[in-house]
Amino acid sequence: MDIIDLRSIATVAALVTFVGIWVWAWSGRHKKDFDEAAKLPLEGDEE
Amino acid sequence: MSTNNVETFYDDYVIRRFSVMAVVWGVVGMLLGVIVAAQLAFPELNLGLPWTSFGRLRPLHTNAVIFAFGGCALFATSYYVVQRTSQTKLAFPLLARYTFWGYQAVIIAAAISLPLGYTQGKEYAELEWPIDLLLLVVWVMYAIVFFGTIAQRKIKHIYVANWFYGAFIIVVAILHIVNSAAIPAEWMKSYSAYAGVQDAMVQWWYGHNAVGFFLTAGFLGMMYYFVPKQAERPIYSYRLSIVHFWGLIFTYMWAGSHHLHYTALPDWTQSVGMVLSLILLAPSWGGMINGMMTMSGAWHKLRDDPILRFLIVSLSFYGMSTFEGPMMAIKTVNALSHYTDWTVGHVHSGALGWVGFISMGSLYFLVPRLWGVKQMYSKKAIELHFWLATIGVVLYITAMWISGVTAGLMWRAMNDDGTLTYTFVESVKAMHPFYVIRMIGGLMYVSGMIIMLWNVIKTVQMGQATRARIPSTVVHA
Repeated sequence: MDIIDLRSIATVAALVTFVGIWVWAWSGRHKKDFDEAAKLPLEGDEE
Repeated sequence: MSTNNVETFYDDYVIRRFSVMAVVWGVVGMLLGVIVAAQLAFPELNLGLPWTSFGRLRPLHTNAVIFAFGGCALFATSYYVVQRTSQTKLAFPLLARYTFWGYQAVIIAAAISLPLGYTQGKEYAELEWPIDLLLLVVWVMYAIVFFGTIAQRKIKHIYVANWFYGAFIIVVAILHIVNSAAIPAEWMKSYSAYAGVQDAMVQWWYGHNAVGFFLTAGFLGMMYYFVPKQAERPIYSYRLSIVHFWGLIFTYMWAGSHHLHYTALPDWTQSVGMVLSLILLAPSWGGMINGMMTMSGAWHKLRDDPILRFLIVSLSFYGMSTFEGPMMAIKTVNALSHYTDWTVGHVHSGALGWVGFISMGSLYFLVPRLWGVKQMYSKKAIELHFWLATIGVVLYITAMWISGVTAGLMWRAMNDDGTLTYTFVESVKAMHPFYVIRMIGGLMYVSGMIIMLWNVIKTVQMGQATRARIPSTVVHA
């Protein structure tokens, strides 16, 4: 295995990781957590 | 509820200083921009002195607007946002104060050394090695304060704005260390650690990621806090924010070689840069759409809220310049646009339109709150600033488009016998009127900034530094 193989593996691994993140974020399971997280800026101070 | 225990207040001391300095350096940096623009239109204005020549003042302008104005705005907002969204006060308050004084020292050192002609000759990384080292120390302190604050957060989730600020801090450190690597020859003189085309590639890997992580990720951090805040509604899609964050992270690193099309850089490296630049359109627009759609159902607020207008117009310029960028990275388009004013126009649509507007909007939000008043001293002045800045940017960009495309077309025009149709100086003559228009656009833009400085001073005089209480909430997911 030479450096080109390693680079190819790293590139494919990066792509797979990104697609994985996408699938993770879009799976409905986190909807509630995300909705709460989205409210954080509106709760940080007393006005 | 607690008493006047110091633990219950946010630490805004250093934020107040960074906010004011952002506006001050904004005026200085943009004024320098107008001066160099005027020199291009009327070369006698270099006064025949080495210290005021275009070659020395232009890097002073870019450093002042990007690192002094943009940098101070990023320090101020990141310290503010990380505390509010973590509901805890700043970690290591003394270190935070050092970041302020250290960063101002770097700016002053740049303002002295660049006109004197000390430079490493790398675009956006001109500062010589002793200043580079000082900046490195400041940046490490910044990282400690920022990530230390996240570590002691009272909220389990790390809000997306902090992801963007965090990426900005980490990547800028990496870029700075790698690109500024040099062998010091003597005090204020060094030679790059790289040679030939490798040096060029490292430089533009740095240069484009400075755009991606300093001028984009950091300011997207601002966007993800101040747009929801001013619009009084949560971000349109939280999951889109996650996906486009990682999209930007995975893509930006590869795009730098588009600055070196048709050079000694291997062809395949140029093509990789082009393709990845085209892909970059998707995550960029993900962020733009996310910010814009946050306004859905609240568009009427734009009518009488100039601060919100600054924030939203900044997103339109962000969308525009991140569409233009990938197009210009296409090699055949680049063959026309490269080395012309089109590039300059593109950079300024991002810098004046996106970075400038989002910073101004965020600072107009921050200043009254930091000095305990309801709103800025004059809302009319914000309106005036908005229109001066908008017309200024549009004049600037359109002038550079026309000038750039004209010059590009003239340079490539050939007669039937294969000789060039135009001499170089003919293209310079054709560009001249647009240089004057650009100068006027810049003048309008800096006038708006001067009005902002006046408005900020008035607001600070009207109010007084106040301590903001951390809401006593229960820890939730």
